[in-house]
Amino acid sequence: MSKPTEETPLPAPSEWLGTTKEIEDAHTSATSRRRFLFKMAIGLNAVVGAILAVPIVGFLLGPAMKKEGAEDKWIALGAVDSFPIGETRLAEYVNPITSPSDGDTAKTVAWVRHADDGTFQVFAINCAHLGCPVRWFEQSKLFLCPCHGGAYYADGSRASGPPERGLFEYLHRIEGGNLMVRAGQLPTLSTQACAGKAPLVGIAAQPSTPGLLAIQAPAAAPPERS
Amino acid sequence: MKDLKQRGLRIFQWFEKRTGLLKPLEEMARHPTPSSAASWWYVFGSAAMVLLIMQVMTGILLALVYSPSASNAYASLQFINHNLRLGWFLRAMHGWGSDFMIAIVLIHMMQVFLFGAYKYPRELTWIAGVFLLLLTLGMAFTGQVLRFDQDAYWGLGIGASVTSRIPFIGAPMVHLLLGGPIIGGATLSRFFALHVFLIPALLLAFVGLHLLMVLRLGINEWPMPGRLVRKSDYDRNYVALTKSTGVPFVPDAAWKDAVFAAVILLAVMACAFFFGPFGPGGQPDPTIIQTVPRPDFFFLWLYAVLAFLPPEMETPALLIAPVAIVGGLLLLPLIAGEGEKHWSRRPVAVLMVTLIAVTLGTFTHLGLHTPWSPAMDSWSSDPVPASFVEHRTPLERRGALLLQQKQCRNCHSIGGVGGRRGPALDAVATEMTGDQIVRQILQGGGNMPAYGKALSPEETTAITQYLRTLRGPGLRPAADASQGLQPQNASHPVDSTKGASGAP
Repeated sequence: MSKPTEETPLPAPSEWLGTTKEIEDAHTSATSRRRFLFKMAIGLNAVVGAILAVPIVGFLLGPAMKKEGAEDKWIALGAVDSFPIGETRLAEYVNPITSPSDGDTAKTVAWVRHADDGTFQVFAINCAHLGCPVRWFEQSKLFLCPCHGGAYYADGSRASGPPERGLFEYLHRIEGGNLMVRAGQLPTLSTQACAGKAPLVGIAAQPSTPGLLAIQAPAAAPPERS
Repeated sequence: MKDLKQRGLRIFQWFEKRTGLLKPLEEMARHPTPSSAASWWYVFGSAAMVLLIMQVMTGILLALVYSPSASNAYASLQFINHNLRLGWFLRAMHGWGSDFMIAIVLIHMMQVFLFGAYKYPRELTWIAGVFLLLLTLGMAFTGQVLRFDQDAYWGLGIGASVTSRIPFIGAPMVHLLLGGPIIGGATLSRFFALHVFLIPALLLAFVGLHLLMVLRLGINEWPMPGRLVRKSDYDRNYVALTKSTGVPFVPDAAWKDAVFAAVILLAVMACAFFFGPFGPGGQPDPTIIQTVPRPDFFFLWLYAVLAFLPPEMETPALLIAPVAIVGGLLLLPLIAGEGEKHWSRRPVAVLMVTLIAVTLGTFTHLGLHTPWSPAMDSWSSDPVPASFVEHRTPLERRGALLLQQKQCRNCHSIGGVGGRRGPALDAVATEMTGDQIVRQILQGGGNMPAYGKALSPEETTAITQYLRTLRGPGLRPAADASQGLQPQNASHPVDSTKGASGAP
């Protein structure tokens, strides 16, 4: 075993490589070819990068690329008899599209109003202001939001507070004695689960809503809206 | 001993030769800084960085156990809190560390602004700092979502609702935010990815850039009134100042940073120990609607602002204000990059800081008390105080009962108990005539819903009769002047008027 020798300090890179100028001078003949090859390599990578971007961006934007309302489905909320006339009751359903890790969040609730004249209205639980869950108060016939105090009348129309419109309403129909609603996405100003009223703020108008209505209209059981 | 020192030096040189990092690091640490900058006012930046490191460390430890799945997250939080040794303390450290970090970042920003440190040549340092603030707030919001309880669930709903107000691309943006059509497993997964990978990576990168520029440009000297920043001579003056009064950052200035960092870490640990972890609150089950969602402390001001904006202002304000605020912060050093640094010569700057601090403080205070929210269970849990039903007629007592049953108390307090969304009713009869009360009840208005459809004529009469008795001692109820003043039995506390007219 030999004794390790003392390490000597490393010379500066310019001492062993020479300056850029010197390197260039030494390779004048080859420079243009190598520059061309380098540029070609960059071009090749740009092309590969562009191809690579397709699946990356496509995956990333996947949730946003779905057609508006494409995930809405007709869901049974329960027998018509389970919603007594003149009452507004909470109905629970499982969202038509779920993922294995959703757990409890796959469940959704909606307010079902069976009006005195026999017609139904199904309201989203989410306040039209910022989406907090509104609660129905039978005695004062109001929906109240716990967050910022939005209030709605029994028919879902705006009563007071910060919301600029009434409650979001689901399309519904009665099929074989069951109350069905068309739902599937979190109702917000621009992703309203259903027809209902156009938002009071014009900028949030949803273009596909009239189309949805048009498709539903000729069906055997047209949505009965008061 | 001497041998040990020799050996240490040799190990140092071994690493130095292979990495070339140690010498520059040492030079960095010992870089000269104006002695005036070795101040207790200059400790907040380093404290924020120490807190960031602590957050990374506690975050990694929590990630060892936390399950970023909507079906298991809540249970895994409970597991960390209750079943793991010191799990509660780690969660508490991470939660309190987050609050401390935002607070320190804000104080650091305020100090830098008041000391004019954003001016030439440190404009880009400020701009990187603005991004650091936004990233810190991003961490706080995504972190609140990972504490997957009711507040997190409905907080996401609020986030989606705000996003949905973006014109034209609102719907795709909502789906992009949620990762699907509803708040669910995909939503939590993507917030986990943001909180654990993307934002921390950006945060560390921007901290690196921020630090690099602090080292390259030197620590801002203590501002002097009248010593103006000019691009033409600032660098020369700074070098001269550093030459004449310069001290090595380590140890002359750094000991203060170190002491403050230790104090802050101790404070975080003390808060974690004495106040415990944040939640989780109720389980994130959307079918449980008996909930009153609230954001975390540093977003309360925003929650309050959203309660006070007029409906038609809401969308423009939500979309324009953030852009304007961030744009203003980013442009500040480019617009005001020269001139006076000292706060005593910058009254507008001092006023702005004061105004912003008072505004944020006031809104946060309001957010803690939410006077705009109806007290959702007041009608069933807060009885009308006995003194407000004594000596009333049966009809008036029926009115008091109705006031309770019809949820009036959710918005109106009596005797200091009840909601505060509407005015207190303790002395309503001195402010409104009977006619006005009836009109207000039936037609609503001024933030009150109309109760015309929810009350029968008899019920309206009973409530009005009762409200007419609510006035201070010895005071008459308000009367309609056009109906003329008529003698009244002032000694009797109860108004015996019948019908809805203002005066008997």
